Amino acid sequence: MASILRVDKVSKYFGGVKANQDVSLSVGTGSIVGLIGPNGSGKTTLFNSIVGTHPIDRGAIEFDGREISTLPVPAVAKLGLLRTFQQTRIFGKVNCIQNMLISSNPTKENLITIFSKVPEELTEKAENLLKFVGLHQKRKLLAGDLSFGQQKLLELAMALMNEPKMLLLDEPTAGINPTLINGIIDRLITVNKEFGITLLVIEHNMRVIMNLAQEIYCLAHGEMLASGTPEEIKNDQRVLDAYLGAG
Amino acid sequence: MKRNNLILYGALLVFGLLAPFLFPAFKLQISFMWILVILALTWDVQGGQMGYNTFGNILFFGIGMYICASTQIGLFFPLEEWTASGGEKTFLHTPSQYFLGLSAGLVLAGIVPVVVAALIGYGILGLRGHYFAICTLGLGIAAGELAGGIEIIGAGQGMTAPPWPKGIGDTEFRSEFFYFLTFITMLATFTFLRWAYQRRFGLVLNAIRDNEDKAEAMGIHTMRYKILGWMVSAFFVGIAGGLVGNMVGYIEPTEIAFAGATYGVFMILMAILGGKGTLWGPVIGAMVFHIFKEGFWTFFLGWQYVALGVLIVVIVIFFPEGIMGWLREKFPERFGEVVDEADRKAQVVLK
Repeated sequence: MASILRVDKVSKYFGGVKANQDVSLSVGTGSIVGLIGPNGSGKTTLFNSIVGTHPIDRGAIEFDGREISTLPVPAVAKLGLLRTFQQTRIFGKVNCIQNMLISSNPTKENLITIFSKVPEELTEKAENLLKFVGLHQKRKLLAGDLSFGQQKLLELAMALMNEPKMLLLDEPTAGINPTLINGIIDRLITVNKEFGITLLVIEHNMRVIMNLAQEIYCLAHGEMLASGTPEEIKNDQRVLDAYLGAG
Repeated sequence: MKRNNLILYGALLVFGLLAPFLFPAFKLQISFMWILVILALTWDVQGGQMGYNTFGNILFFGIGMYICASTQIGLFFPLEEWTASGGEKTFLHTPSQYFLGLSAGLVLAGIVPVVVAALIGYGILGLRGHYFAICTLGLGIAAGELAGGIEIIGAGQGMTAPPWPKGIGDTEFRSEFFYFLTFITMLATFTFLRWAYQRRFGLVLNAIRDNEDKAEAMGIHTMRYKILGWMVSAFFVGIAGGLVGNMVGYIEPTEIAFAGATYGVFMILMAILGGKGTLWGPVIGAMVFHIFKEGFWTFFLGWQYVALGVLIVVIVIFFPEGIMGWLREKFPERFGEVVDEADRKAQVVLK
């Protein structure tokens, strides 16, 4: 399977803190890959490095055959690599439809596109995606008035609106009502299967990640500890030690 | 709602067109009200729609004012001699010179601030929050001090704008002329912003206000929108500055042109009073503010700034979201915030 994202020996330091140390991973096109690790192990830092939030200190990141480690955030996003945030980030003072319209990906941003009307069919697409995540009835409410779980769903819909090739999801089920979690897993699988979007998912909920991912990477103390199928990870002594604090 | 809007627009238009004839004694006052509406509307592009609290828009106001007057004079007479010796006594504009100079001056008063905004925007709009506010505050003050040191525009002495040419109507006609110029400029500002806010431009400005990092993460080059927004503001503020210079007739660097303590603060207050981040808020805010301000100056002379201070405190405490924001809180349905009831029943419950 060809890989869509290749992270090669990436290091990122914050002063003396080694947030990521020679981290390598690769994500196959069309797959769902999990990224786990105890708190503070450098998962979110790795996401930030990949999408260009901060420059990396060493290593290379290749997306869809292009080196992206020096590109700024919007440029990476335009290539089709999007991320969602652990703490939801939505546009609180505009309604859900507008949130969706903002998220649609303009191929070019020049004077003409900036001052052109938002096409009608985008609104339709936005409504369909809001239906998909179950927020259709609230589409005209301010996004900031939605509950946390609903905001997470909105964020997922916004990411889909952008039609990315690959999504980096930072704890998609954190803070969500357990009965809703199954709904989210189903939707993520649909996103992967039917929309053909590759997923890299950070997740603390083991039940979720074991059901979702075909391959799992485990980070600890900024270094790649182990990788393999969910079965292998489940039985890996080093992973268990890292999580339970043994050794 | 549509019909109400039409009535509102119609009423304002009729008022605007008839005001100088209905209230001839207040012509100049109402002209200044339109200027304040322009300032509030353009401040709101940054402060309200985009969430960047700028104290620096006064910079464009002053630049516009100086550029306009300098062009009007410099096109026909030596600018240096004019400013050095109270040139309005020596040189006289013929009517055709006057109007040619004014048109050229106003065009440049729009264009030069746009160029300035584009040049400094890239550096300054990279700052956020308080840092941006402080930096722009410095801009206005620095510009005032700089202008006070440039001899050719009169330095600290200030300069005069060309007086109304002889032989073309009296002072009443002059006031009417500037009244309609300010009214048209206000209409143009309002119409342009109303149009732009309905485009992608408006959506993205709001996105920047609500969460700029997220907007970037969605692939939007936010810097382009921020600079463009500032250029739009600079254009209309610059023209307003050019007009004020001519209406007042005398340009002083820190009190009139780069008047951070008066116009610079007023534009913020008016937008907040009316409701920032809304189209109508700044318009309503500017009108209410102007009426109160003129009232204070008339009835509480000597205490006018105290009264104004009290008004500001009342605004901040009782209308933190402004008049429009308060209305929106009271009547959310009127602003389109509705839960779809028919839809709620058909909704598939998320398992």
